[in-house]
Amino acid sequence: MTDEFRVLSPTAILGYGFPESSFRKGMERKPHLIAVDAGSTDPGPYYLGAGKAFTNRAFVKRDLRYMLREGVKNNIPVVVGTAGGSGASVHLEWCRQIVLEIAAEEKLSFKMGVIPADVSKETVKKALGEGRITPLACVPELTESLVDETTYLVAQIGPEPIIEALKAGCNVVLAGRCYDPACFAALPIMLGYDEGLALHMGKILECAAIAATPGSGADCALGILKKDSFILEALSPKRKFTCESAAAHTLYEKSDPYHLPGPGGAINLENCSFTDIGDGRVEVRGSRFEPTPRYLIKLEGARSIGYRSISIAGTRDPIMIGSIDQILAEVKAHIKEMSPEDDRSEQLFFHVYGKNGVMGQLEPLATTSSHELCIVIEALCPSQDEADTLCSVARSTLLHYGYAGRISTAGNLAFPFSPSDIKMGNVYEFSVYHLMDPAGEELFKPIIEDI
Amino acid sequence: MKRSILEAAKVIRSKNAGPFELTFDIIFKDREYFELFKSQNIVNPELIAKLYKIDVSDVLGIVWFAPANAVKATIKRPLASGAPGETDIYGAQQHAPLLEIEF
Repeated sequence: MTDEFRVLSPTAILGYGFPESSFRKGMERKPHLIAVDAGSTDPGPYYLGAGKAFTNRAFVKRDLRYMLREGVKNNIPVVVGTAGGSGASVHLEWCRQIVLEIAAEEKLSFKMGVIPADVSKETVKKALGEGRITPLACVPELTESLVDETTYLVAQIGPEPIIEALKAGCNVVLAGRCYDPACFAALPIMLGYDEGLALHMGKILECAAIAATPGSGADCALGILKKDSFILEALSPKRKFTCESAAAHTLYEKSDPYHLPGPGGAINLENCSFTDIGDGRVEVRGSRFEPTPRYLIKLEGARSIGYRSISIAGTRDPIMIGSIDQILAEVKAHIKEMSPEDDRSEQLFFHVYGKNGVMGQLEPLATTSSHELCIVIEALCPSQDEADTLCSVARSTLLHYGYAGRISTAGNLAFPFSPSDIKMGNVYEFSVYHLMDPAGEELFKPIIEDI
Repeated sequence: MKRSILEAAKVIRSKNAGPFELTFDIIFKDREYFELFKSQNIVNPELIAKLYKIDVSDVLGIVWFAPANAVKATIKRPLASGAPGETDIYGAQQHAPLLEIEF
């Protein structure tokens, strides 16, 4: 174990980009590891369910090219967590293909570990039957049919499989769905650094310069792990870490900033301190890792719930705006009346921007003072044809609906586009978001290949 | 005379904490404002429930986090992120009612 272990985090999400100057400055600091988090559930269930990346391929390749070129040339391990955005096998393969392209173009050769994070439906159903599955807060109970309907089912892996790949001599590790801090923490934990500090540092580095001030999702950050602390450093002269920026980031996207749960345990920050040590650097102490009695992993899965079509329109009529809720309710009723055996009112949504389009049922203001409204008509049906039909009928009905007090009789909606209706394709929802006790079974093994 | 929270806070934000929870952060300008709000328990489950017209039981927790001079409130998402009827996948624009808090 050396005195310090330096980790370069180029960007908040692989494919978000970073300035070349910051990356160069990071490389001048001679990092021991270049690691990046490549995913999130934040963009919603579609990307996991459909097996698609939410980042742009060209820019993922651009970011990875810098990392691989410098990492392989200087013999610095490169670790990517949650490859392809959602980290299922299809996403992992997408990212692997990009790596292979870069390796060929740049004439790089290295040993690569690829770690699938998929969990088979049989494994999950067996665990369900044995009572080893528990829902996270606010999540419905898991059922066998939900498991069956799930298209991609992954677990957030911890540092262990990454350590296994690094121990096998991999210069490059691509992990499927991964606990965000794990890709940063695996190597230092393997080398004997404190797990709590390594994971907490990873928790901050996974968002790179978002935790600096001014924050940026497209800039690099450096973490320096020591025996009893870690130091955060920005790599652009435009930004710095402050105690407040680092501490504030600890709150981000978490329900309890003192206890950050992950695979096998939680980071406890009750005794954590942040100290400004000058030159835009912050030193963090006191973060502890507390293992849970059983090693639990978080499962994530999404299933298809149908197909969507939308139409975007506006209204500038004060009479219509004044009774918009009633008009939309009447339009729904009218559509139901046209095909009473085929009630689709539950499949039709009106997003009314200028009123409550952003907050929906959480919107506290009952009335609108907008002089114009945007209405997004959304049809969500079992098939694309049905969604197209419902969207079209809702659009034409609303366009010519004779509401009470109407004096503008030529049409109720202004459409910015022709065609007015857009097919949105398959729609997914999160079907699995549960903890599983793997009962000691080792589910995630690196596949090692020579490139 | 009541003062607006905008005098005391420098960050007021909302975000998903996973797809099933929505979390609010209020980061105060300094330790004094943090202590003032904390000692008077100004941010509490009843207030959050009132601002968002939800049941108090859907307010999952309030945590005062001194290292960041911040208070965090977490609620059950009315819909899971991306579920039918969704309006804000990331949950990043649900903070406005908090701007009405006074002290």
